[in-house]
Amino acid sequence: MSEAEIVEARDDAPLSTAKDRAGQQAATESLIDAKGDHVVGRAVTINRPPAELYAYFRDFARLPTFMENVERIDVLDAARSHWVVKAPGGRTVEWDARITEEREGEVIAWTTEEGADVADSGRIEFRDAGARGTVVVATIAYDPPAGTIGKIVAKLFQREPAIQARRDLRRFKQLMETGEIATSSRTKAQLQEEKA
Amino acid sequence: MRALTWHGKHDVRVDTVDDPEILNPRDCIIKVTSTAICGSDLHLYDGYIPTMKAGDILGHEFMGEVVEIGPKSTLKKGQRVVVPFTIACGSCYHCGKHQYSACDNGLPADNQDIAQELYGQPMSGLFGYSHMTGGYAGGQAEYVRVPFSDVGPIVIPDGIEDDKVLFLSDILPTGWMAAENAQIEPGDTVAVWGCGPVGLFAVQSAFLMGAQRVIAIDHFPHRLELAKAFGAETINFEQSATYEALMEMTGGIGPDACIDSVGLEAHGFFVDNVIDQIKASTFLGTDRIHSVRQAILACRKGGRVSMPAVYGGFVDKFPLGAFMEKGLTLKTGQTHTQHYMPGLLNAILEEKIDTTFLISHRLPLEQAPEGYKMFHDNQNEVTKVVLKPGLALAAE
Ligand SMILES: NC(=O)c1ccc[n+]([C@@H]2O[C@H](COP(=O)([O-])OP(=O)(O)OC[C@H]3O[C@@H](n4cnc5c(N)ncnc54)[C@H](O)[C@@H]3O)[C@@H](O)[C@H]2O)c1
Ligand SMILES: [Zn+2]
Ligand SMILES: [Zn+2]
Repeated sequence: MSEAEIVEARDDAPLSTAKDRAGQQAATESLIDAKGDHVVGRAVTINRPPAELYAYFRDFARLPTFMENVERIDVLDAARSHWVVKAPGGRTVEWDARITEEREGEVIAWTTEEGADVADSGRIEFRDAGARGTVVVATIAYDPPAGTIGKIVAKLFQREPAIQARRDLRRFKQLMETGEIATSSRTKAQLQEEKA
Repeated sequence: MRALTWHGKHDVRVDTVDDPEILNPRDCIIKVTSTAICGSDLHLYDGYIPTMKAGDILGHEFMGEVVEIGPKSTLKKGQRVVVPFTIACGSCYHCGKHQYSACDNGLPADNQDIAQELYGQPMSGLFGYSHMTGGYAGGQAEYVRVPFSDVGPIVIPDGIEDDKVLFLSDILPTGWMAAENAQIEPGDTVAVWGCGPVGLFAVQSAFLMGAQRVIAIDHFPHRLELAKAFGAETINFEQSATYEALMEMTGGIGPDACIDSVGLEAHGFFVDNVIDQIKASTFLGTDRIHSVRQAILACRKGGRVSMPAVYGGFVDKFPLGAFMEKGLTLKTGQTHTQHYMPGLLNAILEEKIDTTFLISHRLPLEQAPEGYKMFHDNQNEVTKVVLKPGLALAAE
């Protein structure tokens, strides 16, 4: 079956929630320039207008504020960025990513450059939800490679990537809605420890 | 600072721990002047609530003086505030609808997973009540960090003593919302199961909302006396059969509205194995669900059932048939505390509501472990223990 046929024969639920392999495959292919075949899809409603959320997200240097695993993102030019991601034992994994699709206030998609240790791509859609704000739909495809680096990466996404993505999106929502990221730490030292 | 910390079953201690600090822009720090031990705290004390860690600071009913503020707090140093037990952001969709206990952002992102698994969506955070409800340090301490201090705490005018307003933090709004959820109409007869603090405030609220008769049910004589003082008729379930008594007292109709304020005595989230453990060891689980079962059976056809009582998991033998056939309405939920605080503060200032009758004991914070023990061992006479950190300092 072609992707179109698969989509034709389905219900109205997002492909990323498909129980069957064909549906998951179609979800992966629907990502522009998808890297990897593990797909994670998440929708979260944020009580702010799409333009505001898009503007925050488009500045990649700010993403580590709510993406727990990402230590730093250096913006190289309008399309490319360099990601430094935390790995176990105080180490880091690094790769370059390139924006593959971009529509002001609507969509941002990126993928890792050829030759990166980690194949990863993502697409964030911002859909106007009227009085409820914006439905943010994140689709992430990743491919944990084999070998040593694979083990590091597996640990890096320590928890299931679906859970990691869900938690990152919750933090993004908190930051956008409340201006801060909720913590139950009592002291600065505890907060530091929690973030490490 | 000194704080009441949990170390295990029947083991709570007053320890010296690091003072809290401002961590987020909307935070404030308060110096606690009064804090109560709640029936729900006894479940932590009994070791029934999972995800507790040794050293956790307990307490979700507290008030005090603002001593530090973050740049986005709207409070001022020196103000006296009562803090709601539900931690809610004030800016999400649910807070916008005043459904504060359903706040999207009260829990740290990582702590939302358990509630999401158990209930489908995460709920607001709670102070001092295990890591499932956020892992926030509680108010049975000298100082507390209060998140979202621009929308949570309510400022108390000078000259009103703590004991009059402390219960705005939880049990007064909870009793009030229970009565509101019973959708009382003038002339109604309302039955209330359980004369703990929540039930007693529900009795008081039901009368204020126009109930003609309130029938209060419990087995502790002293607690029934307190209900009677508000004008309620009483049923002691050890002396009389509850369903039969209710039917006779209402001329065979049944109460128009029934309020279940018994529950598992817990604000918290019981997971199933914990409920099973309780059931297995004491049959408490099955017993307590008895009250909502009875409420549904006794309630008049087309009537309303309100359930402030906390249930965390699954229940056995819920009478779904009676509930459906009689066309009942059931309303429930953790209290949207922030929504009710301003109106209830006014009612207190206008002396329409008195809450001080409930307090049976006042102790310095240093004696909190004794407070837990006596509250645990003698529920009839010990109706509410209020801890005063200031008393301890004065005694030193
Ligand atoms: N919805 C909320 O946000 C919220 C807030 C606070 C408390 N609560 C819950 O409300 C409930 C009551 O709280 P509380 O502090 O008053 O508790 P409590 O333990 O002090 O009172 C419960 C009373 O119920 C009585 N009782 C036990 N079995 C009974 C039965 N079969 N029939 C009639 N009475 C019976 C007990 O003798 C006791 O006096 C608890 O479940 C508590 O967790 C809910
Ligand atoms: Zn309480
Ligand atoms: Zn909220």
